[in-house]
Amino acid sequence: MCGICGCGGDGATVDGIPVQSGEARDGSHVHVAADGTVTRHDHGHDHGQGHHHHHHDDPDPVPGHGHAPDSGAARLIRIEQDLLAKNDRFAAVNRQLFSATGTLALNLMSSPGSGKTTLLVRTLETLRDRFPIAVIEGDQQTSFDVDRIRATGVPAVQINTGKGCHLDAQMVTQAVGTLGVSEGSILFIENVGNLVCPAGFDLGERVRVVVLSVTEGEDKPLKYPDMFASADLLLINKIDLLPYITFDLDRLIGYARRLRPNLPVIQISATTGAGFADWLHWIEQQREFALAPLAKSSAPVATAPQAIRPTEA
Amino acid sequence: MHEMALCQRIIEIVDETARSQGFSRIVSVRLEIGALSSVEPEAIAFGFDVASRNTAAEGCRLRIDRPPGQAYCIDCGDSTVIASRSDPCPRCGGYQLLVTGGEELRVMELEVE
Repeated sequence: MCGICGCGGDGATVDGIPVQSGEARDGSHVHVAADGTVTRHDHGHDHGQGHHHHHHDDPDPVPGHGHAPDSGAARLIRIEQDLLAKNDRFAAVNRQLFSATGTLALNLMSSPGSGKTTLLVRTLETLRDRFPIAVIEGDQQTSFDVDRIRATGVPAVQINTGKGCHLDAQMVTQAVGTLGVSEGSILFIENVGNLVCPAGFDLGERVRVVVLSVTEGEDKPLKYPDMFASADLLLINKIDLLPYITFDLDRLIGYARRLRPNLPVIQISATTGAGFADWLHWIEQQREFALAPLAKSSAPVATAPQAIRPTEA
Repeated sequence: MHEMALCQRIIEIVDETARSQGFSRIVSVRLEIGALSSVEPEAIAFGFDVASRNTAAEGCRLRIDRPPGQAYCIDCGDSTVIASRSDPCPRCGGYQLLVTGGEELRVMELEVE
């Protein structure tokens, strides 16, 4: 692999067609991009080429080494910056707060209409008297869902993403600043109904729960692999409807486990309450895991989320 | 997914970098989008054109490298290359795969004047 640009002569493909990249004897390098652009650039420090490999974290230790560009020539600036780096910094701040307070943060994801909010309402009604709970509701528009949650008496914040198709970590940082979290609390984050985009954004959650209702069809995991590959639990909802539809539960679970080996699965009905004991038991178990490090450590617990401000690097 | 938002982020990164180093024009931008990154390179290329209007990157060349998907097969106890997350292990045909590479989503370098 090329040490300067990271491009590989080692099996990279564009739409299944191997990338024709490799180092020529003169140190030049060929790229075939997705749009078909073929580009050759030099990796040798041939000063006549005017290429300038700039290293942000590794300033040139040898002044006058020849990195000064020719006047007016193009320069190459190496960045290697992750596009999700900004999101990930906020996610790290959230995760740090959650682990310092032993908060179990669950990121609930599904397609629209899988029954997430109904599931959540029933869950809150059962758990609200036992644990401190808070809810973050994500939707493009309206406060319908947060109204349903608040009716249970549990504090909740609605995030409207407008045109956005997912929650990001910064939205969660802000919502948590409003809600606050106390030691041993459970924070449910109901993501925007979407089986695609939310999978790509770490919110700093401890666990990811994917809800899939039986009316959606058993082939969803293979159609939306990223979502299922990152799940920690698959909740199969609306199982009270199984007698009325054609749905192969075993096939669904098999497909999901192709993407996430050994993925735990719980079957429930948010309407009838079937399977709820398993779901609640799973939550309590996860909460104990979240709290366990606090019991072992005498480190001071951060209780003021507002005091923690993510800093831009 | 959300390719337009990612394009705006790319433009922010390259515009900021170019300006902070005193360059006003970006000639080319090279990205790395892994085969398993859940982002379509074609959608990025389209969004990039729109997002780069009236910025230092307007009209610049966009190059996209695609690192392959890599996974570790639990059953074989070895690494392998896969084209998508739902692929079986090419050696044993099983699905006990843990993804280890191909999720890159990075701005690698830019060429400026």
